[in-house]
Parts: sequence; C-alpha cells; structure tokens
Amino acid sequence: MKKIPYIDVYRDQTLLKDISSRIHAISKKEVQFMEVCGGHTMAIHQFGIRQMLPPTIKLLSGPGCPVCVTSRIYIDKAIRIGQMKDVIITTYGDLIRVPGSSSSLERERGNGMDVRMVYSAMDAVVIARENPTRQVVFLGIGFETTAPASAITIIEAKKSGLVNFSLLSAHKVMPPVMQQLIHEGIRINGYIAPGHVSAITGTRMYQPIVENFHIPVVVSGFEAADILHSILLLVRQVESGTPRVEVQYKRVVKSEGNTIAQERMRQVFSPADEPWRGFGVIPESGLRIRKAFSTFDADLRFPLKMKESPEPKGCICGNILKGLQAPADCRLFAKKCTPDDPVGACMVSSEGACAAAYKYAT
Amino acid sequence: MCLGVPAKVISVDGNMAGVEIGGVTYQARIDLLDEVLPGDYVILHAGFAIEKVDEAEAAETIRLFKEVLSMEDQEKDID
Repeated sequence: MKKIPYIDVYRDQTLLKDISSRIHAISKKEVQFMEVCGGHTMAIHQFGIRQMLPPTIKLLSGPGCPVCVTSRIYIDKAIRIGQMKDVIITTYGDLIRVPGSSSSLERERGNGMDVRMVYSAMDAVVIARENPTRQVVFLGIGFETTAPASAITIIEAKKSGLVNFSLLSAHKVMPPVMQQLIHEGIRINGYIAPGHVSAITGTRMYQPIVENFHIPVVVSGFEAADILHSILLLVRQVESGTPRVEVQYKRVVKSEGNTIAQERMRQVFSPADEPWRGFGVIPESGLRIRKAFSTFDADLRFPLKMKESPEPKGCICGNILKGLQAPADCRLFAKKCTPDDPVGACMVSSEGACAAAYKYAT
Repeated sequence: MCLGVPAKVISVDGNMAGVEIGGVTYQARIDLLDEVLPGDYVILHAGFAIEKVDEAEAAETIRLFKEVLSMEDQEKDID
C-alpha cells in the first residue's frame, strides 16, 4: 500500500513534542482558540492535542459539524416529504440518525419510509434515473466544501432534463457564523480555520474577522503536526499583537481558493437567511437554489409550513456548538446520550463534539 | 460527512478519475479541478476531488516544522 507522501512526518512524535515545547515556551497570555470544522474536532481528540498544550491555551469546538448544526425543522421537513407518496429520500449517512422534534429518518425508515444513504450527491441522480416514476429528494447539507458538489449535481440534472430530482438545501457558509460567535460575546482569541472549506473559498473571507475584531485566523491542515503548528502560529500572533490571516495548510489551500468551485456555487445558489441549531436564524448564512434552477428546489416542489420546536430537555448541544460548554458539562453525556442512542445532534455525527469526546475519552 | 481525504489519482477519463485511498480504488468526479493527471494527489470529498495536494508545498511545510526549532532564540524576545 502506497502511503500519502510525508504522512509519517506529520505524525512523528519527536516533531510533535518539539512543536509542543515551542508553544509552551512562548505562550504567556490566557487564550481560547476555536476550531470550526468537524475534521479538526476529530483530529484534536484523536491525536490528543489538548494534552500537548500548556494550561494557558484552551481549545473550543465551534459549529463546524454540518450534521450537528442542521436545524430540527429541516429534519422534520425531510420526514414530512419522505412520508409523501412515491418519494425516495437520499442523504449523507450521518444525517439519518439526527433527531427531529419527534422522530429521525432512521426511525422512519424502520417504519417503511424509503430513505437511502449515498456517498455523493451524484448517487442521488443515479437513483432518480433508475426510478423515473418516483420523486427523489437529496438532502443537501454541508458547508462550502460540499455545496459545489450539490451545484454540479443540479447543473447536470438540468442538462439531462431530469424531472424527478430535487434538493432540499440546508447548505451553509462559514463566515457569518464565525462573526456571530464574536457578536454573541464568546471569548475567542484565535480561529483555527477550516482547511477544506478554505480550499474552496480562499482566505479573503476571513479578513473582516481580523480587521473588525483583531482576532488571528490560521487555516489549518488535519494532521497532528498541522494542528499543533497552527496553534503555534496563533500563539505567535497573539503574543506579538499582530493578528492576520495565515495559511498553515499551504499544500492544499490557495489564497484565491478553487475558482471553478466558487463559480459553480454562484451559478446555482444565492445567499439566504438560514437556521442553525443552537443559534437560530443567521442572516445570509445559507445557500438557496436560484430561480434558474427552481424546478430542482425541494422547498418549492414540496411547499410545507413547519414550526420550530424546542431542543430536547437537558441537551446542551446549542451551547456546545458555541463553545460555551463542553460535552462533559452535559448531565446527559455518556449516560442518557451515547452514540448508539443519541439525544442531541452533537452526539450523532462522528465529527460532533460530543461523539468525538465520547469516542476518545480515556 | 465533511471529511476530505487525500487520494492518489490512478487514471483519468473525462470528468471522472480512478483514485486510490489506502489500497482501495474509488471513482471520483474531477469537474472542480483544472487539470488532473495520474500520479497527482487530490483531496476527495463526497465523491468530488476538491483540490490538488501541492507536493512542493508539502515539502515546504516540513521544512517550516524544522524551522520551528531554530526559532528558539528569536522568540525569547517576545513578551
């Protein structure tokens, strides 16, 4: 089996110790750094990054898990559509277990609903072609990393004149929620910015965070050394008082991003107000399908009036997504709420703060 | 679901590529990239290659790691 070049170097224990001791040596100020990417949440737990840091540095997990921030109203809507006659719901795997207000797609599937897990949005189009007498609805969730794939899928569906495919968009963009956290007064002294979101968007979108709030932003890779290195770069910025946008993950992220992907997203989606679990509606933080592609918009094809319902009793998922509380602060954590029987969304996805804390708890 | 994984391109056919992750071959869409050649490394996400991995930059990052150690003297001044 051929390995990815350099992968061993990024996990080399001596290197990790060296970077960690540099961080210990220069970190003086008490700081809180937040990551806003499920991949980072997992990596930080998997590699034990917190244990390598001095007590001056606290790491917060933010709203970076797309499944976790999906609103209950969206799940409820997907279930209502799935209950209609001749509908097939297609979805990325994690989402089927997320509790809505009274059920989940997984439970509904057990009751006979046709819910199919797909790895790619394109798989949903294949299912639509194979089932011409049924309506195939793809649950489009995810940030800027996933939205271009949905965009291309819709463009192809239109080109091939597919009439039985639509997408229920809960796609979200990162910058508004990163600013919202600061507006809500959460103490964030530096952002570990998402590597693969930034590969698509480029780095210019982080400039307002630096300019308006004087908070350093470092775009990080996903290996142990990447994350530690990014934390070191953040500490340097904090200690020297010179916040700026820096890219640690240069092997993948270009400052202008992936312009083809950006163009596809713009072609199909326009910014829209979007509900986030734990936050409520954040202006211009979502992506709605443009009029030119409206026949593929499941929101228009299946117009439904939905009502928001409160979070389950005792679940603090909303506060965890804001970095205000940690999974261990929840009285349901690892007791009433486990990956096998999740109460809240943060325990469902493997990228969720609760699921990652549960999996890697010692 | 949001995870991106590095994959090696084995073959290219139009907007599709055969890519390998840990010895297993997958089909990936390469519409989002300009030019993809066998031997390139890409980040695979939800069936799409979203960006190439720049090997020169990967080597440069390793060099920067090594530089971390030699920064010691300079950083003693930061207070």
